[in-house]
Amino acid sequence: MQTRRIRWHIAVFLAPAVLVYTAVMIFPLFNTLRLALFTEVDQARVYVGLENFRTLFFDPIWSEQFWNALGNNFWFFLIHMLVQNPIGIALAAILSHPRLRFAALYRSAIFIPTILSFVIVGFAWKLILSPLWGIAPSMLDAIGLKSLFAPWLGKEEYALTTLALVSVWQFVGIPMMLIYAALLSIPEEILEAGEIDGITGASAFWKIKLPLILPSIGIISILTFVGNFNAFDLIYVSQGALAGPDFSTDILGTFMYRTFFGFQLQLGDPHMGSAIAGAMFAIILVGVCIYLFGIQTRMRRYQL
Amino acid sequence: MNKARSNPLNTAAMHGALILYTLIALFPVFVIIINSFKTRRAIFREPLALPDAESFSLIGYQTVMKQGDFFLYFQNSLIVTVVSLTFILLFGAMAAFALSEYRFKGNLLMGLYLALGIMIPIRIGTVAILDLMVATGLVNTLWALIFVYTAQGLPLAVFILSEFMRQVSDDLKDAGRIDGLSEYTIFFRLVLPLVRPAMATVAVFNMIPIWNDLWFPLILAPAEETKTLTLGSQVFIGQFVTDWNAVLSALSMAILPVLVLYVIFSRQLIRGITSGAVK
Repeated sequence: MQTRRIRWHIAVFLAPAVLVYTAVMIFPLFNTLRLALFTEVDQARVYVGLENFRTLFFDPIWSEQFWNALGNNFWFFLIHMLVQNPIGIALAAILSHPRLRFAALYRSAIFIPTILSFVIVGFAWKLILSPLWGIAPSMLDAIGLKSLFAPWLGKEEYALTTLALVSVWQFVGIPMMLIYAALLSIPEEILEAGEIDGITGASAFWKIKLPLILPSIGIISILTFVGNFNAFDLIYVSQGALAGPDFSTDILGTFMYRTFFGFQLQLGDPHMGSAIAGAMFAIILVGVCIYLFGIQTRMRRYQL
Repeated sequence: MNKARSNPLNTAAMHGALILYTLIALFPVFVIIINSFKTRRAIFREPLALPDAESFSLIGYQTVMKQGDFFLYFQNSLIVTVVSLTFILLFGAMAAFALSEYRFKGNLLMGLYLALGIMIPIRIGTVAILDLMVATGLVNTLWALIFVYTAQGLPLAVFILSEFMRQVSDDLKDAGRIDGLSEYTIFFRLVLPLVRPAMATVAVFNMIPIWNDLWFPLILAPAEETKTLTLGSQVFIGQFVTDWNAVLSALSMAILPVLVLYVIFSRQLIRGITSGAVK
């Protein structure tokens, strides 16, 4: 046995990353959870245990807002799962077709909305859907559907769905790219073997390709989940911190921002803000755990 | 040749679907840009027409130039993005090298600890991050943003880079050691140049979210002199909401730099995503 000297270089290599990551990410994360257990009385911090969470979940004023934001957030997520991911998969399936011309061009063009900021996307759609400007109604008019037009962003019953669809428009590129990559990695021999057995075209997609890309679909689902449950920017840009009309587009991100910073007459409350952050943390954690232990480990993986 | 997979009718349908979706993806961008070059009257009368000699106008751009400090905002965004990316790449590569190269106690645990941040969004910790920045006097400085984005980018960077560094041949590094190179020289001279493609992937992945972020500039650095382009255009458009020329021009000006970056880096980005770096 030889005594090993301390290898300082390992510490030097690790130190900057670990320090920044711990100080700016991990420590604030736990500190936020800790702050959720306090409240402010006469400008002094007082420990109140889980009181803030009780207020958040059961106090009529708070709980109504919280459940509203949570429900809206689930609807927002559901639309992404039902619209964004199937469109992304369909586009990827077409793009991965061998000998398709201009595939690179289509791929780059469809990805453009994904690189734009929420500010651009939010305002651009706000202008286009605006009844003042009239682009949306006149386009619907051109195909004879003018009666369908409504100021979607201003109506309580449509606003959230409209915003979710705008967000889908923006982010469809991500599932498209990830699924495209997964489809390209399927070996040609497998598809040829299927062809010999008479499985071609659409049935080749459903019977051979889809089972093989299920792990990637799992990944885009969890990415969508995490992304949606800390979304904020698009709603803030197009509807403001009040997430109007009448809080119908309020999601957890905007609710937390409003609580933390205050708005109009309500003062900001960092402790209630932390409690909401704690709830968001728990929701995301549950989602990630369901994915990691419930879905990922049970998914059948095929050796390619 | 397999006939079944190249039926002309199918091909036409596929192109049809792709063209339709491409139009949906590009239409809003197109409408914003063409209307930013038109007079107010033309914007409302014929929103879908291209600007012609009669309707051409740069009035919106003039307002934006006069009222908004877009060059400053642009410069702030550039500084924040470039410095954050440098830190993410340098610190990330160093940590990835330590984790993939050396066997030491707690290696696996350290790897897991650093990977935690891949799935947990940093926004959850905002309340305490603001506290921290207030306590250290970094509020309303670009450093606050740089630190936050560095911390946010590191987990995925370490994860991707250490995968790549495991593939660098041991013989090369051992040859270097026999020649008496220090571990630092081996890292900077031998290993870093070999993982350059992976570094480019990490850079491109981080660039867009940092450039486009609104949340942290809004909370940590809302002062006039530290506004980023994203926050600056949001505030500007909010103030000029009834001046359609100015709003459309400001939007076009915000689109332009991102579009230029995309044209430069799109190959890298798409190769990065499709090479399976994130699988």
